Amino acid sequence: MIEVRDVYFTYPNGVEALKGVFLTIKNGEFVAIMGENGAGKTTLVKHFNGLLKPTSGSVFVDGVDTGKVSVATLARKVGFVFQNPDHQLFSETVEEEIAFALKNFGFKETIIKRRVTWALNLLGLAQYRKTSPFMLSGGERKRVALASVLAWNPKILILDEPTIGQDYQQKEKLRQFILQMKTQRKTVIIVTHDVEFVAECNPRVMLMREGRIVADGEARKVLTNPEILTEASIVPPQIAQIFIQLSDLGLPKDVIDVYEAREILLNVLERQAK
Amino acid sequence: MSVFDGLRFRRVYSPVHNLDPRIKFIYVCAIFAAAVIFWELPPLIILFLIQIPFIILAGVKHEWLRSMRGAAFLATIIFLTNFIFSFINAGYVVAASSVEYALAMTLRFIVLVESFSVFFLTTSPDHLGLALEQTRIPYEFCFAFTTAVRFVPVLAEEAQTIMDAQKARGLELERGNFLKRIRNYIPILIPLIVSAIRRSLELAEAMESRAWGATKNRTNLYVLEMHRGDLVLMVVTIGILATAIYVRLFFGIPSLNELLGSLF
Repeated sequence: MIEVRDVYFTYPNGVEALKGVFLTIKNGEFVAIMGENGAGKTTLVKHFNGLLKPTSGSVFVDGVDTGKVSVATLARKVGFVFQNPDHQLFSETVEEEIAFALKNFGFKETIIKRRVTWALNLLGLAQYRKTSPFMLSGGERKRVALASVLAWNPKILILDEPTIGQDYQQKEKLRQFILQMKTQRKTVIIVTHDVEFVAECNPRVMLMREGRIVADGEARKVLTNPEILTEASIVPPQIAQIFIQLSDLGLPKDVIDVYEAREILLNVLERQAK
Repeated sequence: MSVFDGLRFRRVYSPVHNLDPRIKFIYVCAIFAAAVIFWELPPLIILFLIQIPFIILAGVKHEWLRSMRGAAFLATIIFLTNFIFSFINAGYVVAASSVEYALAMTLRFIVLVESFSVFFLTTSPDHLGLALEQTRIPYEFCFAFTTAVRFVPVLAEEAQTIMDAQKARGLELERGNFLKRIRNYIPILIPLIVSAIRRSLELAEAMESRAWGATKNRTNLYVLEMHRGDLVLMVVTIGILATAIYVRLFFGIPSLNELLGSLF
């Protein structure tokens, strides 16, 4: 459980990135944090594993004040996958890359081996075990970065822009994977601009603007509210756009799911046929 | 990492910022030379004080104070080593002259730092590149220089991100003995170097696709010209240097102790 209480954060160069954020994320929740560039999304999630400490206010992870413990201690519980995999890959082989964090956390050699194999299989990287991470494609490097964090099985997982540079198939795999994490009662927090991806996943959505949270709720409510979306500079998902424009037909406005949309439209067509 | 903020490209307008960087550089060299030829305290105090109006005129007081604070540690070491050596030389007695000598050496260092920080705080890197170009240094070298300077803040920011990413994977930089601590930096340095190389290759491609080096005679949007201010600074610089050399050669310079003694 993550609790953020009235957090303000100012960078050393004087930029005030967070201006009074309150939020609670329960165990097993799936949250998407969205908003325009510079809204404070990444700054906020960097507070969840203690990389940044609030200038005022406090952040609690499972009741522990992040201001009082080291990043390494929190990282055991909170896995953070950065946007650009090139900011973390350094080992000679993919296998070593994934083992790095496990060694840092002091896992035993036999357990490290097992965990590495598990993570490699999970993300379809088994054939690259002995390959240098620098030889892989952009999407594969991104998966190695993800595997290197998943390997220690953190309770809370933060993904910064996980869909950038991924083709549709990989995105779909990522979505399946997040849903799987959800069934294991793990908390997943994603920071993203990919509104279609969010619409497909239907998580809890938080919209940020200028260091504040301006909306918080179910994706189907938040992503279909034109006023809120305009405020946060976000374009509604395409399904929502169609239904907003078709509202004269008496259709519901809060639809973001393709299958639900299909059902509703089929109903309308059937009624007209009669 | 905010140390590198001074290297960001931005235009600031003040009488000092607008001066020709070449003249400013000559001024810095003159102050440097003047500080080196004196080892007595009073002329060094004068050299220290005459630069302060310059700093106030440029409006870089805060930045200057910060760089002075940065120099404080080294200044302390210089003072202590000089003091200890003259203390031993004087036969293990604390003489006023040895304190003064140590102070003078410290102040000499501070004057050097002061003049260099005035130069770098009031000269934007692109201005400096322009100055290099107009002193007929081949454009390739000027470009390499300005690009290197230009990317220092970017690299500093990137190093910070990499550190964050590795800390999030449980890396503790401060852990272990000396050798272990150095090894802790490998996961930071490798991504940093790899991305710097990758970036330079990308930059080269982007530059070539924008016709870099297509013409032999490149022109500039901004051209440095000498103005009245530059001439004034030139005269001041020659004045300071000439006075310093004249005083050095033809005057016996009293120490601060003697000066104070003759007053009272």
